Amino acid sequence: MQTDVIVIGAGTVGAAIAYGLVDRGLRVIVLDGSDTDHRAARANFGLVWLQGKGVTMPEYHTLTRRSVDLWPGFHDQLTRLVGGWIDYERNGGLAFCLGETAFDERRHELQRLHTMLGGDPDWEMLDRAALRKLLPKVELGPEVAGASFGHHDGHVNPLKLLASLHEAVRRLGGTIRPNTPAQTITVQDGTFVVASGDERFEAGRVVVSAGLGSAVLARQVGVEVPLRPQRGQILVTERIEPLLPLPASGLRQTAEGTLMIGVTQEETGYDAGTTAEAAARMSRDALRKVPRLGELRMVRQWAGLRVMTPDGFPVYAQSPSHPGAFVALCHSGVTLAGLHADVVADAVAAGSLPASLDMFHPGRFDVPHAA
Amino acid sequence: MFHTLHDAAHAVTIHIDGVPIAVEAGETVAAVLLRQPEVWSRTTPVSGARRAPYCMMGVCFDCLAEIDGVSSVQTCLTAVCDGMVVRRQLGRRSLVR
Repeated sequence: MQTDVIVIGAGTVGAAIAYGLVDRGLRVIVLDGSDTDHRAARANFGLVWLQGKGVTMPEYHTLTRRSVDLWPGFHDQLTRLVGGWIDYERNGGLAFCLGETAFDERRHELQRLHTMLGGDPDWEMLDRAALRKLLPKVELGPEVAGASFGHHDGHVNPLKLLASLHEAVRRLGGTIRPNTPAQTITVQDGTFVVASGDERFEAGRVVVSAGLGSAVLARQVGVEVPLRPQRGQILVTERIEPLLPLPASGLRQTAEGTLMIGVTQEETGYDAGTTAEAAARMSRDALRKVPRLGELRMVRQWAGLRVMTPDGFPVYAQSPSHPGAFVALCHSGVTLAGLHADVVADAVAAGSLPASLDMFHPGRFDVPHAA
Repeated sequence: MFHTLHDAAHAVTIHIDGVPIAVEAGETVAAVLLRQPEVWSRTTPVSGARRAPYCMMGVCFDCLAEIDGVSSVQTCLTAVCDGMVVRRQLGRRSLVR
């Protein structure tokens, strides 16, 4: 089967890039793995988040800012095409601070980042009184000293986003092949050939965006990407009347009314199981912020595996040995979806990555170990 | 709609939305709800449609009701006890006083 671009992986990253490509008139086939593969896209918390990102790499903040600014247009176009809602809101977001020390530390951290970036601040610290005004229905725990308020933060239903991206790819003439895990990428007569079982797919370009499955595939086109899984667990409560008008880091209310409580960052290899210990820790933490959450019933707990690079920042690369082969990986596929459908799709279509993505080349991990 | 197939010994009294109802010891609240003239236990938080006990084995979560002040209890997994107060649950709960 011959096409313009083969996108390997139909998670939020691959689907957003594929959507951008079909929107630009390219013929695209997306090869997705099997149902039992690890799927970060289906375990996501759903924040479209900027505040605090890139404290150790300001370019990541700039990149994320670009994506959250692209999000409203991306959202409007996607939902107009597909019809229906993905519950996107961009009214700002909060990071609760428990205790005055945490409040001061948060301010210093965001101030340090702002000093590196310059420009107008896109965040502010809200003391307890200001926070109560913003959250009139919430009875805050006694330890809550305040919160940082990111003006550009928002949230979305990540499952509806993923389903809408798939639908959009199909509507615009693209093909998504479930249960078609890419096994090998070879080059024959200047064309990429991706094999899955007995099937062969051919294209002039290939994008490896297969989450944790990417390292093996990227190596076949000469790109080394060290990856590891990081487990994140989430709790979900029963549905309640609107309580939180804004999402917060680790606590948000969905459009249907459930409260999502998260998240953990655990180095537990490829074990995607949930633990009572994590549920207890997340519950304790949420109750310190909003004690009355203790009256609610928990209805679900799940875990997913984040796609982590050694420094936690994304990887965007075109293979030097196999021009036309691209790699795109990150753990914030929802936040960066606006960028992937626009900037990254443009780059794949044009056959060259823009300088703004230079910092995200995996060559940064090749630092030789000191003797 | 439903009725018991045997002559039950009604040894226990529970209250459903304030109405005292004589029931059998050991049966589930969902079974009692299904015998009431109004065969529903809650309205959904999204559409407001009425829902009644369905799977009777703890899987479908359609039988939720408020029991003794605790909401969203699976009534099919809850045995009656004397003096129990059951309320049909209307829409979403609220944490706002």
